[in-house]
Amino acid sequence: MDAGGNTAAPAPADAEDLEATRLFGEEAGDSGGVQKDPPDPGDRDLEETGSKAKDQLPSLLSSLPQSETPSGTCEPWSPTAPRNSPTGGPENGPGGQGGDPSDEDWRSQRKHVFVLSEAGKPIYSRYGSVEALSATMGVMTALVSFVQSAGDAIRAIYAEDHKLVFLQQGPLLLVAVSRTPQSAAQLRGELLAVHAQIVSTLTRASVARIFAHKQNYDLRRLLAGSERTLDRLLDSVERDPGVLLLGAVRCVPLARPLREALGALLQRCTGPGLALSVLAVGGRLITAAQERTVLTECRLDPADLQLLLDWVGAPAFAAGEAWAPVCLPRFNPDGFFYAYVARLDAMPVCLLLLGTDREAFHAMAACRRLVEDGMRALGAIRALAEVAGLYNVPSANAPAYSVQAVGAPGLRHFLYKPLDIPDHHRQLPQFTSPELEAPYSREEERHRLSDLYHCLHARLHSTSRPLRLIYHVAEKETLLAWVTSKFELYTCLSPLVTKAGAILVVTKLLRWVKKEEDRLFIRYPPKYSTPPATSVDQAPHNGFFTGL
Amino acid sequence: MAQKDTTPPPGAALRPPRVFKLVLLGSGSVGKSSLALRYVKNDFKSILPTVGCAFFTKVVHMEAASLKFEIWDTAGQEKYHSVCHLYLRGANAALLVYDITSKDSFVRAQSWLKDLESEFLPGEVVVMLLGNKTDLNKEREVTFEEGKEFAESKKLLFMETSARLNHQVTEAFSAVARELLQREETVGPTQKENARVALNEGPPRQVRCCAH
Repeated sequence: MDAGGNTAAPAPADAEDLEATRLFGEEAGDSGGVQKDPPDPGDRDLEETGSKAKDQLPSLLSSLPQSETPSGTCEPWSPTAPRNSPTGGPENGPGGQGGDPSDEDWRSQRKHVFVLSEAGKPIYSRYGSVEALSATMGVMTALVSFVQSAGDAIRAIYAEDHKLVFLQQGPLLLVAVSRTPQSAAQLRGELLAVHAQIVSTLTRASVARIFAHKQNYDLRRLLAGSERTLDRLLDSVERDPGVLLLGAVRCVPLARPLREALGALLQRCTGPGLALSVLAVGGRLITAAQERTVLTECRLDPADLQLLLDWVGAPAFAAGEAWAPVCLPRFNPDGFFYAYVARLDAMPVCLLLLGTDREAFHAMAACRRLVEDGMRALGAIRALAEVAGLYNVPSANAPAYSVQAVGAPGLRHFLYKPLDIPDHHRQLPQFTSPELEAPYSREEERHRLSDLYHCLHARLHSTSRPLRLIYHVAEKETLLAWVTSKFELYTCLSPLVTKAGAILVVTKLLRWVKKEEDRLFIRYPPKYSTPPATSVDQAPHNGFFTGL
Repeated sequence: MAQKDTTPPPGAALRPPRVFKLVLLGSGSVGKSSLALRYVKNDFKSILPTVGCAFFTKVVHMEAASLKFEIWDTAGQEKYHSVCHLYLRGANAALLVYDITSKDSFVRAQSWLKDLESEFLPGEVVVMLLGNKTDLNKEREVTFEEGKEFAESKKLLFMETSARLNHQVTEAFSAVARELLQREETVGPTQKENARVALNEGPPRQVRCCAH
């Protein structure tokens, strides 16, 4: 049903709002660094090898004028066959736990992710038991070391309908085997997120030290309990692609005065060594206040913030007050912060206080009581409960909004990331999107939409031929993706929409976002200054508290 | 002064209840968090492995006095041991939890005891050995006698519990509370308090490299 054709360039010039924004963004490259390689030194040597191996053309967009060829990847096995497998193909559920590579269920999974040590010791596999996979992982190690022996590094293998992406991070090797239309760069982003997750519990330095000390160490011992977190991370990529794709965090829509009052409250309730205070609900951000010097010296990466949001959203924090070390891999992969996590007033609202002092639990708990008192005084608890309860998403407790709120018929879903925020707001890249509603309620449909978004994203950010605007008529929906200097937007529309209709919808959407932006985004992230935690400072404190 | 368990004894309101710090120790998935949750909130749900440490408080009214438990529920996983060790300090009581269906967890509980012995003077902490998951009696690997024998040889309190069925959970904590109050009486509260403050005021242990 490629009736409308997939015109890439013609701009919808008849819509004034669109016209205005079109003037900007001469290069799609300035997209807020979504595709930028993360500043991870461990990755650099890999990135240098070969020219940027770029993603083959996703089959979905194969009717587009094709000039993009997978240019010089450094691996000898890359005869990029044009993919022609249906993207929304029948899915196997989350089952397939056999783990035996000969097992049909296991083989039919859309995407596998493996983590192994340099010595070939299995650490994590998304599906199946790791034990059953030692032979498979042995093959992966062999491939890597074969290419390594030639002084090169393997980045990806394009097989008929599979992509294999390799990522070496210190003593860890991460491999994705995917038959989704995700580009190799996107898969690499996912692997980096998996690695960041591992680093966040162990730190890069200690992983390196462990393997330097004992090459065949079984890292699963230390990662016990983290597998589920990795599973959740990888699930979320397919169910809710915005976060990783846009490199931004999602905020809870909230009236600006309330959000600012909460931000001011966090600013007031600080203690020595406190670096970051976050209020979140259902893994989404309400507001976050940061220490000023932390900001100027080494800004908080959205990936790190998202990692924290996922972390505090975990059911493990459902009870009591928790105190745990956590590493922010983009901030400093080798050091720990200490995190205090508690639910406020038995609400789904969660407070995270991140500091540098490992003995500051009681000081942080005192901080929490101040925040709680302050919220009660503001009447914020009830307001937040309303926000949390209003949409009544039973599973996630995630407050959100319906796409109906936009009032643009034919619009099914969208991802919107503002790029025109004043400079100091770059500290906190955000995006917004409505809940996925019918027809995207089943996993299969969600995967299809996620695949489509990934394709469009890969096309917009292609290094060889980036685009600014894509109008894509797919089998069951029509999509429009657009990047300017002001925003990056992906919309999913009904399949029967005309091109003119799509432009109208997008215009309406942009107006709506403009009108609602104070509610949808944190416009002015609060900051505070706290004295650094010194042991001299803290010792009497702790003596006092524990001596009670 | 024969009062019911639930009502605070006269005079208790005059001063805040004595605070006792209790740590839950043991290897992974033996039910430490479940015990804490059952005791504090009378709730049971399958929970994920604890991240770091979780902190609960509960005020207990005994016949003679009230006391407040500060319960540190530690993660059983190895990666968090360094941070949990930190919270051993100043503990008044420790529950060494093992899973009666896992011999290995019983052995690990014994090694936790060695850790405790190296950190504390004999008699400084009240230690209870706790065999959890009696609801899985069919899969039992550690007999009641084995546990009891070991506990007696080391002069520990001993009980078997089921957090799932709420069997003996409150009793276990109460037994610890009773023991704590009893020791308090024999040692004398002021003396003990002083001793502990001095302990905490000592030079703070050198913070190890934050990356361990």
